[in-house]
Amino acid sequence: MICIKDIVKKYHTRHGSVTVLDHINLTINKGEKVGILGRNGSGKSTMIRLISGAEQPSSGSIERSISISWPLAFGGAFQGTLTGLDNLRFICRIYGVEFESRIDYVQEFSELGPYLKEPVKTYSSGMRARLAFAISMAVEFDCFLIDEIIAVGDSRFHEKCQYELFEKRKNRTMIIVSHQPDFIRTHCDKAAVLVSGKLYAFDQIDEAMAFYHEHSVSV
Amino acid sequence: MRVIGALLMREVLTRYGRHNIGFLWLFIEPMLFTLGVTALWTFSNVHHGSNIPIVAFAVTGYSSVLLWRNMPGRTVGAVEPNLSLMYHRNVKIIDVFAARLLLEAAGATTSFFVLSILWISIGWMQPPQDILKVLFAWFMLAWFGASLALLLGCLSERSEVVDKIWHPTAYLLFPLSGAAFMVDFLPPVAQKVILILPMVHGVELLREGYFGSFVHAHYDIPYMAAVCFGLTSLALAQERYISKRVTPE
Repeated sequence: MICIKDIVKKYHTRHGSVTVLDHINLTINKGEKVGILGRNGSGKSTMIRLISGAEQPSSGSIERSISISWPLAFGGAFQGTLTGLDNLRFICRIYGVEFESRIDYVQEFSELGPYLKEPVKTYSSGMRARLAFAISMAVEFDCFLIDEIIAVGDSRFHEKCQYELFEKRKNRTMIIVSHQPDFIRTHCDKAAVLVSGKLYAFDQIDEAMAFYHEHSVSV
Repeated sequence: MRVIGALLMREVLTRYGRHNIGFLWLFIEPMLFTLGVTALWTFSNVHHGSNIPIVAFAVTGYSSVLLWRNMPGRTVGAVEPNLSLMYHRNVKIIDVFAARLLLEAAGATTSFFVLSILWISIGWMQPPQDILKVLFAWFMLAWFGASLALLLGCLSERSEVVDKIWHPTAYLLFPLSGAAFMVDFLPPVAQKVILILPMVHGVELLREGYFGSFVHAHYDIPYMAAVCFGLTSLALAQERYISKRVTPE
């Protein structure tokens, strides 16, 4: 279970302090798939970084009783001078996962073949995205944080990713942020909407959709 | 620890790569510095006709400069290029600093020991009089370097002025750090002033460990420890402050 209690997140900018998330509460039970809808700049990514623990809230607390992934943004935080394999090794090390057994999986899934041993800076953007996704799937978590899925690679690879994440791991907990209602509708069974720093949670997807449409038009 | 280890490996690979001698540069580079300075000092007879053996004088002096000066050099601005790693909850700012500090300390230490052993084995240097004193002095210098580095590394996250000021300061501190002189050579008034600098105490102790009663060293280790302790506390407080506010890229 993940329990978000009264989270506030403020950022300091040139024109004073800006409250991005304003007293947010949300409880996510094990196995639930929760969508978080919001327009660009509404604080979706901030929220997912706070849930992951990569960033600290200004006040409030988050209790986590299950293992949570890093925010899978499918961009990948890679060191360009290192090879794909080195980057995989690094991720495995920091999560305390045995590395050798994952090489074949990543090599096969990313379809990079011998390029896995070349520096990441020589990769095309499609190759990077494939590597990022494969590495994300090489470490297992109870809960996956998914930040704005954009199509990865060509449509065939995109389908392969969808299958890997949403079919093979369909019993996991997932928190998905997106501004695309259709995507949330397809993959989530609950949704919440972020509007001007406040989070509105709904048990029914349709209610969330209606609320989102109403507010994304009027704001 | 696991995370620091992973960062260490990553740092080694990024900095030195897998080409030619790779990570050996870690200590070859400081060794080349020390060798060059030793040669320069030997020919220019830098220590004003004192009868301390010049090779040992240079090795102890310049190695200690490398130890305390290079650590801040690596931590100032260290967070920025590693911001993307902060997406992983296990990676903390302190880990990034720790990995770089360990690497820097390992390089300077290996360089110092390898050069010492080399010169001792071919007879250019006498073995140290009191090896425990040498090790203790080395540890104190490393502590000073690490605490200063941690503090400056954190402060440089808050203001880029730190980066700008550190370079001239480091340059100016070198001639004052006790590397190229013994405090005893100085007039008493200057001794008082120079002993405000904490690293001077470490270098003096290091030289006493090497040369024994052959030199007359001036040091106050409780003073140096107090300064290091103060720097460490400040640094850890700063580290807490910036880790609460770091935003992954």
